[in-house]
Amino acid sequence: MPKRRFGLWLAAGAGYAFLYLPLVIVIAYSFNDSRLNAEWVGFTLSWYRTLFADEGMIVAAGNSLAIAAVASLVSTVLGTAAGVAMHRYPSRLLSFLVLAPIAIPEILMGVSLLIFFVLLNFTLGLVSVALAHIAFCIGFVAIVVRARLAGMDESLTEAARDCGATPWNAFRYVTLPLIMPGVVAGALMAFTLSIDDFVITFFTAGAGTVTLPLQIYSMIKIAVTPEVNAVSSLLMLLTLALIIIASKVSPSLLRSEELA
Amino acid sequence: MPRARRLGRWLVSGPPILYLTIFFAIPSLIMVLASFRTPGEFGGLAPLYEEGKLDLNLESYARFFSETVYAQIFLKSVVYALLTTFFCLALAYPLAALIARTPKRYRDLLLLAVILPFWSNFLIRIYAWMIILGPNAALARTVNAVLAWFGHGPVPLLFSSFAVLVCLVYVHLPFMVLPLYANLEKHDPTLLEAARDLGASSWQRFWRITWPLSLPGVYAGGALVFIPALGIFAIPDILGGPDDSLIGNVIKQQFLETRDWPFGSVLSIVLTVAALAIAGLAAWVARRNLATPSSREEARA
Repeated sequence: MPKRRFGLWLAAGAGYAFLYLPLVIVIAYSFNDSRLNAEWVGFTLSWYRTLFADEGMIVAAGNSLAIAAVASLVSTVLGTAAGVAMHRYPSRLLSFLVLAPIAIPEILMGVSLLIFFVLLNFTLGLVSVALAHIAFCIGFVAIVVRARLAGMDESLTEAARDCGATPWNAFRYVTLPLIMPGVVAGALMAFTLSIDDFVITFFTAGAGTVTLPLQIYSMIKIAVTPEVNAVSSLLMLLTLALIIIASKVSPSLLRSEELA
Repeated sequence: MPRARRLGRWLVSGPPILYLTIFFAIPSLIMVLASFRTPGEFGGLAPLYEEGKLDLNLESYARFFSETVYAQIFLKSVVYALLTTFFCLALAYPLAALIARTPKRYRDLLLLAVILPFWSNFLIRIYAWMIILGPNAALARTVNAVLAWFGHGPVPLLFSSFAVLVCLVYVHLPFMVLPLYANLEKHDPTLLEAARDLGASSWQRFWRITWPLSLPGVYAGGALVFIPALGIFAIPDILGGPDDSLIGNVIKQQFLETRDWPFGSVLSIVLTVAALAIAGLAAWVARRNLATPSSREEARA
């Protein structure tokens, strides 16, 4: 038995190394005093200085944050409504509309929204990207909120109704505070998904609009410099912080397997 | 009361249904319609109604089935997605098994450690492999030194099918670990103890108990890996060589470069049908697998 355990640990250790080594290398080379991402030369912060002086990157970061703020706000409201509706008034139509955008390959949603916006003569840009992000974030928020509702005692809302609360007040003062951790976690997730999205943004942004992932894409397609490592490291730090806060707010987040 | 309930129902489910109808269902339907149209002179679509004729035809479908190059690319995408699923399973199984066997208080942490890389940016995870497999990096130099020792010329690791596959596996691994873990965690350890007491070797215990019981998790993880892997375009685009174009790359090319929307839509529909078929198949096999033992029980009773 101990021998088998050792083999399992070894295989799993290799799995974890496979998951983390690439990210560690990206971060390590962001501090490397060499233009080539090939071997360690010495410590420097100059790539971060280059990054903060790069106006294109600053604009892209501003766009990404603005889109993520709007997309997470709207998708949290709509996603919470969808989660509540899926729990209380289950319907096939709603489940399909909420879950299908998550289940299909991302490129399909990207190209169909591209046709949609172009045929409507809707100018591609920040607004079209935000509208697209909202559409795929709703599902993720709805899943977290529904999971929270499933673990909640429904009789509390019924008690409020029996005591004469209007449906809105029963929701506002009883249900919402109870599901709040799920709502906040969903909002943070939506923010992260939006700021990280590449594929759907790629198709709905048009020629003139740049977000952080689009900027990273054009940089690695043209010339690779450790500035990419620097922006990647900062983006990872931001995502990590958001996800850790989200899982602290709603520990069940980790246990719902649909999230990955 | 039922009226108030119906009103409440529409107030709650109405807004998300409306939003997703406009920004998901309608665009998808437009894409289906676009697949039956003629490409416009300057890209996009030709006018729907011109000179008394409605522009609806099957030409783009005919093109997909007559020009074998597209069927070949589609087949290649299926092969890449299958290989990705297989390697993800091989890597994910020990990880999931280990997490399922550790004491409860460490499980969340170990699981979090599997999910966290998934939350880092998709492009960053691709970029990382550009660095690792780069021609000047330690890995490529070591591999080529070994090859030279065997009298073989140097091979490029980056911009190759190898790079595409490694990254595909890397990006999709968490999708396989989670459903496998969710399944393995529920196994009854006394089954394995009983098998050991009856003299089964560890190999027999795995193949005759753990593996068959874990099949629903394998199918779920398989679908979660296969479907997104089938539609990927960024990984071959960044890490692949000229021969590594997959169906996602052709779709991207049809919409953004050639601007042949009808043909791009046909390819997208083929991809959707394939993805749905795989998801349906996985669900069906899983259900059949679950149904068999219990229906046998029922038959006995």
